[in-house]
Amino acid sequence: MHWPFCASKCPYCDFNSHVRAGGIDEARFLNALLRELEHWAALTRGRTVRSVFFGGGTPSLMRADTVDAMLDAVSRHWPVEAGAEITLEANPSSVEAGRFRDYRAAGINRVSLGVQSLDDAQLRALGRLHTAQEARAAIKVARRTFDRFSFDLIYARPGQTLEAWRAELGEALALSGEHLSLYQLTIEEGTPFAQLHARGKLIVPDGEAAGCFYDLTQDMTDRAGLPAYEISNHAAPGEESRHNLTYWRYGEYAGVGPGAHGRFMAGGNRRATSTERNPERWAALVETGVHGMIEDVPLTRAEEADEALLMGLRLTEGIDLGRLAARTDLAPADHTINELIGLRLVQRSGPTRLSATRTGRMVLNAIVLQLAQSFVPAKTTQDTTG
Amino acid sequence: MTDINLIRNFSIIAHIDHGKSTLSDRLIQLCGNVSDREMKEQILDSMDIERERGITIKAQTVRLDYRHANGKTYQLNLMDTPGHVDFAYEVSRSLAACEGAVLVVDASQGVEAQTLANVYQAVDNNLEILPVLNKVDLPSADSDRVKQQIEDVIGIDASHAIPISAKTGQNVAAVLEAIVERLPPPKGNRNAPLKALLIDSWYDAYLGVVVLVRIFDGSLKKGQKIKLMSSGATHQIERVGIFRPKQEMLAELGPGEVGFFTAAIKQVADTRVGDTVTDDKNSTVTPLPGFKPAQPVVFCGLFPADAAQFEDLREAMARLRLNDASFSYETESSAALGFGFRCGFLGLLHLEIITERLEREFNLDLITTAPSVIYHIHLTDGSKVELHNPADMPDAGRIERIEEPWIEATILVPDEHLGGVLKLCQDRRGRQKNLTYVGTRAMLIYELPLNEVVFDFYDRLKSISRGYASFDYHIKGYEAGDLVKMSILVNAEPVDALSMIVHRTRAESRGRAMCEKLKELIPPHLFQIPIQAALGARIIARETIRALRKDVIAKCYGGDISRKRKLLDKQKAGKKKMRQFGKVDIPQEAFIAALKMDEN
Ligand SMILES: Nc1nc2c(ncn2[C@@H]2O[C@H](COP(=O)(O)OP(=O)(O)OP(=O)(O)O)[C@@H](O)[C@H]2O)c(=O)[nH]1
Ligand SMILES: C[S@@+](CC[C@H](N)C(=O)[O-])C[C@H]1O[C@@H](n2cnc3c(N)ncnc32)[C@H](O)[C@@H]1O
Ligand code: SF4
Ligand SMILES: [Mg+2]
Repeated sequence: MHWPFCASKCPYCDFNSHVRAGGIDEARFLNALLRELEHWAALTRGRTVRSVFFGGGTPSLMRADTVDAMLDAVSRHWPVEAGAEITLEANPSSVEAGRFRDYRAAGINRVSLGVQSLDDAQLRALGRLHTAQEARAAIKVARRTFDRFSFDLIYARPGQTLEAWRAELGEALALSGEHLSLYQLTIEEGTPFAQLHARGKLIVPDGEAAGCFYDLTQDMTDRAGLPAYEISNHAAPGEESRHNLTYWRYGEYAGVGPGAHGRFMAGGNRRATSTERNPERWAALVETGVHGMIEDVPLTRAEEADEALLMGLRLTEGIDLGRLAARTDLAPADHTINELIGLRLVQRSGPTRLSATRTGRMVLNAIVLQLAQSFVPAKTTQDTTG
Repeated sequence: MTDINLIRNFSIIAHIDHGKSTLSDRLIQLCGNVSDREMKEQILDSMDIERERGITIKAQTVRLDYRHANGKTYQLNLMDTPGHVDFAYEVSRSLAACEGAVLVVDASQGVEAQTLANVYQAVDNNLEILPVLNKVDLPSADSDRVKQQIEDVIGIDASHAIPISAKTGQNVAAVLEAIVERLPPPKGNRNAPLKALLIDSWYDAYLGVVVLVRIFDGSLKKGQKIKLMSSGATHQIERVGIFRPKQEMLAELGPGEVGFFTAAIKQVADTRVGDTVTDDKNSTVTPLPGFKPAQPVVFCGLFPADAAQFEDLREAMARLRLNDASFSYETESSAALGFGFRCGFLGLLHLEIITERLEREFNLDLITTAPSVIYHIHLTDGSKVELHNPADMPDAGRIERIEEPWIEATILVPDEHLGGVLKLCQDRRGRQKNLTYVGTRAMLIYELPLNEVVFDFYDRLKSISRGYASFDYHIKGYEAGDLVKMSILVNAEPVDALSMIVHRTRAESRGRAMCEKLKELIPPHLFQIPIQAALGARIIARETIRALRKDVIAKCYGGDISRKRKLLDKQKAGKKKMRQFGKVDIPQEAFIAALKMDEN
């Protein structure tokens, strides 16, 4: 569920997030979200909810009763698995941390905090509104309040040295729970950072240097017992984000709210949905109709195969080629797989399972491209039970 | 038919960009040929590519009626010519049809290399030369200095040179007066058998093959049966006319006149530029000397980026060749690039223009290989082969000697850049023949091997001289040289389309530059790629493209997936545009990389 509003726009961010100086008509958006949720219920009857994720934007700007009303609606529309993971993304300001208890009361059992850095100067450079001290405090509150929590850091930032990152990550590992998201800064098109970058005014580690940052991150998290289970996500075994695993394992999910994307099965096809990005236009669409969707298309088998590959290989566990073939009748060519195995970039981690090695994960785009270009009709002899 | 004494035929000649086409515009307007509404800048530059680049590629003829102060109306046949050296043959055939030449010199720049080349051609043709100093509206114009230059360098009287501004129209009327008063009328005998020079021919969608002629003797009428003397082929004249620049049909063309005819000729190839046209029954006994057809001197491979477009490319080339006989092609196949064509051009600009037209007018995506010249290979068995394609080089053991074409180049360069230009010529194996001064500019005559010039000589010359040097050349002949075939190996495999013939002394620096350039152009792969230049089995240069180190998206969740799939599609399309060679994807630009090499 997407809450598209933020207190201010961070200069590196290309998420569908909007700042509304005049305030937000929260009741209006709640009603629209509830209405769209109802539409999704009709589309996905018979399914069980295994996880809910309030993402953004900044969902921690929502009042707790808004969250409560939405979770209430979820449980009216679908059966909810016992112990379902209900996550809310939160910014670690003191105001927001003050709402954590009420979120828990509303049903949230996991938070993901956008800490980004533990250094005040760096936080300012990233355009963040919170301080390192507030972040540390918010982590403490989260630890006390929720069963599970995670926080996000952005590294390989402009001017950051490997040594500085070693120290910062060390502190983060000491503060962390069972889950951490560690993202290398991406220069996203159309952001203020991209403009600075194009003009040479913002220099970020790339190529070899970026590789060193990644290596160090893997080494330190491995040692701390939080190995990567996905390119940028680390968890103690069993503590992975179940919700995000659904994306990477290419399961079904409803995308509710402005600019949200969904994938679900209907009539033997996987359908891809997306909604209007602008919050007010989205709300108006929902109010005149029953949903804010502007796209709901069946994917071709080839598109499905591309998406499954693109997502699945991000996981340390890799992708089940047997399942992929059963669904799409496509498989990467053996000679391409063997070539990549020869380069130690991928490995067969089960009878039909293919995963990227640690070196491979660093060049995943190129690997996915090569495998996706090699897709051939799956051999009927291929073991599809795997 | 006009009284021959009231006819003036003249070409407008100049260095590139000195304002020939702009002067033509003014003359056309003064004679009232074109209404203000129809007028546009450089109206004779009718091809899209001419208009976009602001240069003339094809010579154009237009007839003007000019009423002189003496009360008589004169028929002026104006030929606007290109300035660029690649199209020098367009100038030469225009000159063969005229009695006079209007020599335009940019008064802010002075005499340049093509000014000389073109004016010498005009002098060789015994034409009367009328010097005009253009662009006097520019603050930097210096008419007196340029007049002096014309006298000193070209050796013609410039005291009556007319200062004008073709742009503003200032004093252009004086040019018309002088054309009538100072250029001689043509000579010719109306009663003699038809003798006409075939100046040019092209295919027109409405008229079919159109033949441009200058009548020397006799006359040309509708219904007349004519003979093309070189082939003996006969045709019945269907239409006779002139350009103003719009076509206008006439009953006949008489001696001294320039105009066109159509005669149900099937192909442009059936007409030979420079040929003599005569009456089938009443033939002339003294055909005109004609002129040599334009010979392609620069060759390169053109391949469709998408192999499925091979037939489309063949058709497109055939269509373009209809109107440009100076460009040649034959099929070629390459291990790296598949099926394509080896094409011959008049020079690099011509190459660039043809490939651009193929891509734009026929919607093709092309891979161009490095340009080469024609080598004469003398084999040990005494036979001789002409080599157009380095990939076809015979084994070294069978070669007795290799000869390469040399040119004589004229370069004009301001004194302060002389050192750099001398070094460039020396580096390119040049032999200095002469060095004189034109005011503060040096005029260099150099002999250079053409294969050193077709690469990036012109670009380098321009950059060394900050755009101030001008350059002209003509082919001198063949000379033996210590030439070797340099192969390029990518990931240990030779790529035929990248091989080239170089002088042994230059092989190493060329090889190094080529490897460096390829290192820049070939994107990093998942493995390391050695790039090598080799003479036979001997490696003379090497670079390594390191394996890709990091290329992964940091964040990819449920909401990002559609975008990432589209990105993947784009990458797939990008990869398809590259040529797979072994396991390496080579981008199209790499095949012409040699053109843009900087060896320094
Ligand atoms: N200021 C000024 N500019 C001029 C004058 N005559 C021509 N030009 C400019 O010079 C440039 C070249 O003019 P063209 O008439 O295309 O030159 P050209 O000699 O036909 O060039 P090519 O056909 O390419 O050899 C154009 O930008 C003209 O506008 C002039 O009298 N004064
Ligand atoms: C949906 S965002 C937002 C959560 C919350 N609004 C915040 O900013 O704290 C999830 C995470 O993506 C990461 N992120 C956003 N933009 C990024 C970028 N350009 N490069 C790397 N990571 C980025 C940040 O770590 C952020 O916490
Ligand atoms: S708070 Fe989060 S979503 Fe909002 S602008 Fe910043 S990074 Fe983007
Ligand atoms: Mg011109």
